[in-house]
Amino acid sequence: MIGEAATELVHAAQQCGYSEGAQFALRLVMEESIANALVHGHRDLPSNTPVCLRWSLDEKQIYIEVQDKGPGFNPDEVPDPTLDENLEKPRGRGVMLMRAYMTTVQYNASGNCVTMTYKKAVIPSD
Amino acid sequence: MTPVDSRLRIRDENGITVVEFVDRNILDEANIQQIGEEITSIIDNADEPKLLICFTNVEHLSSAALGTLITINTKIRSRNGQLHLADIGPQIYEVFVITKLNKLFSIYETSGEALQAFSA
Repeated sequence: MIGEAATELVHAAQQCGYSEGAQFALRLVMEESIANALVHGHRDLPSNTPVCLRWSLDEKQIYIEVQDKGPGFNPDEVPDPTLDENLEKPRGRGVMLMRAYMTTVQYNASGNCVTMTYKKAVIPSD
Repeated sequence: MTPVDSRLRIRDENGITVVEFVDRNILDEANIQQIGEEITSIIDNADEPKLLICFTNVEHLSSAALGTLITINTKIRSRNGQLHLADIGPQIYEVFVITKLNKLFSIYETSGEALQAFSA
């Protein structure tokens, strides 16, 4: 299910001339953000509760919004998974990967909606 | 014997269990869980297991897959075994670097190098 949503966006990005690296990043952050919404956001909700996904793109930028129906969370309270004491913990890398691969990642006040942007790299001409 | 719907290709190389993934994308939670269970079974059935996981043809993986690898690594170490990773493409390797998991795992460029690096 997540795969189909990601494939649709990745295909659109490919058509708009986004690089393979960008396509990799998009598939990854789609997986991470939607999985977070389903696994964490909807933890106490029926398993068929839908996640709301919106995205748009043009030649310069991609916009992705993922909203769940859960109570939200504080993304600033997620421990840094790259610290030595957290390296062997199996979870907690999703938000970090989203921030690493996207140009911007922002959560709403309650933390149940994340918006991400990806700006196409501009290669300067000589 | 490998289950019919296994997500893995498994072979033995002189006492080292070599595992490759059937899927190009290791993203789906259910598949990741199955992969974890299959590999855990391999570890449980060996004394001081030696395991090489090859990422040939893997194009995408999620943080859930990384979590399963960490769990596998922890389990192997608890049984005094060894885990090597190999044949990781540049985009996947970058995920290991960003998460600093390249410090946790023994990662080799090729499966040949990884196989030679196992201590007796």
